[in-house]
Amino acid sequence: MNTFDFLLQGLAVAMDPMILIYALIGVTLGTAVGVLPGIGPALTVALLLPVTYGLDPAGSLIMFAGIYYGGMYGGSTTSILLNTPGESASIVTALEGNKMARMGRGGPALATAAIGSFIAGLAATILLAFVAPTVVKLALVFGPRDYFALMVLAFVTVSSAFGESARKGLISLFVGLALALVGIDQLTGQARLSFGVPQLLDGIEVTTLAVAMFAVGEALFVAARRDTADDEVIAVKGSVWMTANDWARSWKPWLRGTIIGFPIGAMPAGGADIATFLSYAAEKRMSKHPEEFGHGAIEGVAGPEAANNASAAGTLVPLLTLGLPTTATAAIMLAGFQQFGLQPGPLLFATNPQLVWGLIASLLIANFMLLVLNLPLIGLWVRLLTIPRPWLYAGILVFATLGTIGANPSPVELSMLLIFGVMGYAMRLYGYPIAPVVVGLILGPMAEQQLRRALSISQGDLWTLVGSPVSATLLALSAIALIVPLILRARGKGKVLSQLASDED
Amino acid sequence: MKHTLFGALIAAALAVPAYAENYTIIAPAAPGGGWDQTARTMQEALQAEGISDTVQVQNVPGAGGTVGLAQFVAGAQGKPDQLIVGGYVMVGAILTNASPVSLADVTPIARLTGEYEAIVVPAASDIQDINGLIEALKADPGAVSWAGGSAGGADHIAVGLIAKAAGVDPTRINYIAYSGGGEALAAILGSQVTAGISSLGEFKAQADAGALRILAVSSDERIEGVDAPTLKEAGLDVALQNWRMVAAAPGITDEQKAAISADIDRMVQSKTWQDALATKGWANTYLAGADFQAQLDKDIAATGAILKDIGLVK
Repeated sequence: MNTFDFLLQGLAVAMDPMILIYALIGVTLGTAVGVLPGIGPALTVALLLPVTYGLDPAGSLIMFAGIYYGGMYGGSTTSILLNTPGESASIVTALEGNKMARMGRGGPALATAAIGSFIAGLAATILLAFVAPTVVKLALVFGPRDYFALMVLAFVTVSSAFGESARKGLISLFVGLALALVGIDQLTGQARLSFGVPQLLDGIEVTTLAVAMFAVGEALFVAARRDTADDEVIAVKGSVWMTANDWARSWKPWLRGTIIGFPIGAMPAGGADIATFLSYAAEKRMSKHPEEFGHGAIEGVAGPEAANNASAAGTLVPLLTLGLPTTATAAIMLAGFQQFGLQPGPLLFATNPQLVWGLIASLLIANFMLLVLNLPLIGLWVRLLTIPRPWLYAGILVFATLGTIGANPSPVELSMLLIFGVMGYAMRLYGYPIAPVVVGLILGPMAEQQLRRALSISQGDLWTLVGSPVSATLLALSAIALIVPLILRARGKGKVLSQLASDED
Repeated sequence: MKHTLFGALIAAALAVPAYAENYTIIAPAAPGGGWDQTARTMQEALQAEGISDTVQVQNVPGAGGTVGLAQFVAGAQGKPDQLIVGGYVMVGAILTNASPVSLADVTPIARLTGEYEAIVVPAASDIQDINGLIEALKADPGAVSWAGGSAGGADHIAVGLIAKAAGVDPTRINYIAYSGGGEALAAILGSQVTAGISSLGEFKAQADAGALRILAVSSDERIEGVDAPTLKEAGLDVALQNWRMVAAAPGITDEQKAAISADIDRMVQSKTWQDALATKGWANTYLAGADFQAQLDKDIAATGAILKDIGLVK
């Protein structure tokens, strides 16, 4: 049997009515929990693992798949409507999506997220089915120096993509980098900047920072200036659905997001959040309407949401082919496999093809269920915005607090939520962008660890950093992205300059 | 039928010691890891065997388990229904993090499972056996890079012990810490490092597929199904088990401790537990009472010494 036959067989298994019901339950639960800020798909799957003990392998795997994809999608709903990202991969979605929602375009934003997730999930799952063994070989070529070069590229492109002013964006980024230093140094096991507080030893939780800065900061900001009615939220303006123009502006970002997301998800040290950052930066550079970025550009929702889902499918490449769980959720899915006495790894495709293809077919079905479940609900979701604002923001604060306590029950975590919330308020007040802080917290430790690993392996030889073709290429790209605008600016080429200036700032 | 059932219930009620509790188990790690899985498997077995009616698992992640341990010591004082899962990694983390609480502050009940370490190289490597690796290490310790789990964890400690046993200065080992066996495995498969060290289970599938070569294992005796010598056979006096245990609250009475030990003993003997160990591939290294306490004291002393040698603890 070839790949295609196995996939068809898997789909036949997954079309069983009971299996479809499991998929629906998984997607519904996943979406519901994904909406809670702070509780991500990993915790949901962990809590529900015992429930699936009684199910057969096919049933429990499809439920996992549903919860995973549902959780990823649920995070984008709250990001767009309430500016409250539930997990790090939906932070970027909040940037443009929430601006759209405030202008009455929450419907199209949710729709482009849902359809983009579907298309990216579909394309990436098919890629997973056909090219997984090849992709994994490429992913293994990536060593510490290559990851470091990738992080440098991410810093250079991403830091310039946020906010109105490069100076303020960089200050925000460095605040994030400073926060990223807190906690145990991974390479030596020594504590840094933890001031004897044990909860700080593992560093600052990304979701706590994101929820605090976005949700709590926003609520404080709104409460502090409730008398000024200048940015009135309009629940629905025009159609709830995407217009022809929305479609025209969305389809390319969906595809680009997929192309960026899938390979980064497949890298053992990649991650959905990095994929969304790079996709956002790419869309801003390629958009015909760069001036709309920061004010509700639909490309800024479509691309990152597609990248996010494609990366989720990419995560399964190392899990299924190497037995390598690269995210918390993948680690729990691995536990799910082991529950049936299976060890994912190079032999899994050979020894248990039915189960592997059943899982891949399940992902396709779960993806489709997600679209069926969510598109009709968009009209209902946007009604959330018609709730009077004091009630709405009180509700957001309750959910943000519950989510944080649910994920990590400790007074220290709650204090951090409050402190960072106040910080988020102050930054809004003085016009500093929020996203670069979170970007710094995520990218900082990765860049630092990979750099130090690379130098440790080479025993201190700096030339190692450009010693592989991948790292040399990525660093050259970063240098071009950094230097070309400077040269053009120095030569004073008017038209190109203003174009690039608006790109950059 | 009803009468037999009723009779059985009474018999069961009489058999259960007076302190049988609805346990709460703290898993001092994020969902998905080994300690979390141990806690959830205990939950499953204790409930399925009727040893405890309802068992709750609470995740308190952070810092090699020391955050959960600190919270447990502060909150569970004298409460016989509170349990915590832990393991060898915690012994090292307590020392490297200069944790204010230690395993002396809880009541250890039993060692439940354990895994042995495996030393591997990629299949394409020039190094054919453990002696080849040791020669390379003796020639230039810095040139041999080892990928493994977190700094100061079982993998790092094992490398330190190997170096010391081979007569190489442990402070000169070039250990590259990754945030878990998975990421380290990718670096080994991609030939980014010279060798890798982690729990045997992390490498078994890749070794069976021919992508990795297992050079040695850290057990006392050879492991069935693994074609590799023990470190002792190779002339290195190193044996190390990455074990997981369960402990009870500080300040409980001797009767309460005995009751909990009896419950855990029933759980370990149960079919549910044994089946779960088999499907998960965990070795049953059950050890309770004074024997466990003696082993624990030995491990704590040895770990403290080697962490000082590596230079992670002053």
